[in-house]
Amino acid sequence: MSEFDQLYREVILDHYKNPRGHGVIEDADASAEGQNPLCGDEVAIYVALGDDGDTIDEVKFSGRGCAISQAATSMLTEMVQGRKASEIATMPRDELLDEVGIPLTPIRLKCALLGLGVLKVALHRAKGTPLPEEWAGLADELDFGSAG
Amino acid sequence: MSPMAVTPQLKLDATKIRADFPIFEQLIHGKPLAYLDSAVTSHKPRQVLDVLRSFYETSYGNVHRGVYTLSERSTEAYEGARQKIASFINAPAPRELIFTRSATEGINLVAYAWGLSNLGPGDVVVVTELEHHSNFVPWQYVAGRTGADFRMIPLDDGGELQLDALDTVAGGGNVKVVATGLVSNSLGTINPIERLAGWAHEQGAIMVVDAAQAAPHRRIDVQALGCDFLAFSSHKMCGPTSVGALWGRGELLEAMEPFNLGGHMIRSVRFEETTWGEIPAKFEAGTQPIAEAVGFGAAVDYLNEVGLEAIEQHEHELAAYALERLGEIPGVTLYGPPADRRAGIVSFNVEGIHPHDVSQVLDWEGIAIRAGHHCCQPLMQKLGVSATNRASFYLYTLQDEIDRLIAGLEKVKKVFA
Repeated sequence: MSEFDQLYREVILDHYKNPRGHGVIEDADASAEGQNPLCGDEVAIYVALGDDGDTIDEVKFSGRGCAISQAATSMLTEMVQGRKASEIATMPRDELLDEVGIPLTPIRLKCALLGLGVLKVALHRAKGTPLPEEWAGLADELDFGSAG
Repeated sequence: MSPMAVTPQLKLDATKIRADFPIFEQLIHGKPLAYLDSAVTSHKPRQVLDVLRSFYETSYGNVHRGVYTLSERSTEAYEGARQKIASFINAPAPRELIFTRSATEGINLVAYAWGLSNLGPGDVVVVTELEHHSNFVPWQYVAGRTGADFRMIPLDDGGELQLDALDTVAGGGNVKVVATGLVSNSLGTINPIERLAGWAHEQGAIMVVDAAQAAPHRRIDVQALGCDFLAFSSHKMCGPTSVGALWGRGELLEAMEPFNLGGHMIRSVRFEETTWGEIPAKFEAGTQPIAEAVGFGAAVDYLNEVGLEAIEQHEHELAAYALERLGEIPGVTLYGPPADRRAGIVSFNVEGIHPHDVSQVLDWEGIAIRAGHHCCQPLMQKLGVSATNRASFYLYTLQDEIDRLIAGLEKVKKVFA
């Protein structure tokens, strides 16, 4: 496989062209939006929690931007579906990056992590807990707001 | 030498020129480098690199300091560069040419040193919707600090300034500053500085020109432009990084407060009081980028040797060709004025594909273009996009590189189809 094929491997292009979990949840239990001012990538994430207030029943995202940012967010929605919000709030970023599975330069790394950063902001905000330190630096660079 | 004495050589041999630039002797991802991002920075010819090396090896010392031989050689080379660069823009006197760190620093110098003392409530600072952040943010900030209004000359749909809106922009306010780029770094629009300078002076305003995208590519005559300040940068014109130049009218520079304070910019320092030196020293505090300034002078020699008229003509032909070829690709949107009214800069988008993805795929073909907002977020807002692709050309750009760009874009479309 050439370097090129590694970067835009089939699964990335597939998620980019056919994003999973694309849409909006009205009355979401947790939501946030963020953008990467450097390149204008935008992602908004909406989460509906189960009766236990912790299980992620449904997660949707909307956004626009580069293939890496949109595909990584699409993959993220598949990864977190049915898992505990408390677990995702502390999920290490490498879990997503391993799934994305492509070499990323520092600039493109921010694209890949935009969706996870937005999801973490949404979940911590909903639970009233502070964003982990690991994410605070990224949050300074990426511009997070509240969706909807 | 006056610019009139320069014989225009209207045909430029880019293949021959390219051989002067060692950067092109390598492969990128196994392909020859197609460097289509000269608007962000230019590459350096051997002629400039050799001067830098030889200056460090034979003449380097601090300037205006010692009385020993090396200091004298260094001072002579540094002041020689000032003279070359001053005549490059037809400045009336070399002492009006201040070495700065960059075009950005030159504009900040005017915004702080002139703006903070001369602006106040009721005054108006006018920029344009086209501006690079370097000629936008300092004025927005200084206007905010002083209570002046900050306004913009709007663009029309073709990416050109709406000159019939000038009086509306002034709106009866006391216009004190008009600041605009000569050539837009995003769209390649060439702005009518003479006309704007005339208008600015009718209002009693100063005319500040950001020439970062113009000085490398076309002959500049500050006296013909009629401006009051003009800033540009070495690294975009075959010279080293970290040095730029600001030209200002002598009487304005003399009346201004200093910008940076410290060594070399003083006349006398007493416990009670410090007085400032004469221009240009007043604005050159601290050890300057000495070798870089000397290299800047060598870059100007190189450009003069090739001929600015020939460079402008070459880039114009490339821009016209690129616009034509890009226009043939379905799904490509072009931004900016027609070829006959733009410099060698072409901005475009490919439908449904983010510029980052476009440039990443092109990189694998050895093609370097810029993707992003080009430090022009207000302009991107106006165009209704978050980013564009931008190809920009210089004296070493080959038509073949544009053909490779076009072929690369076909590949981009295939990958993301």
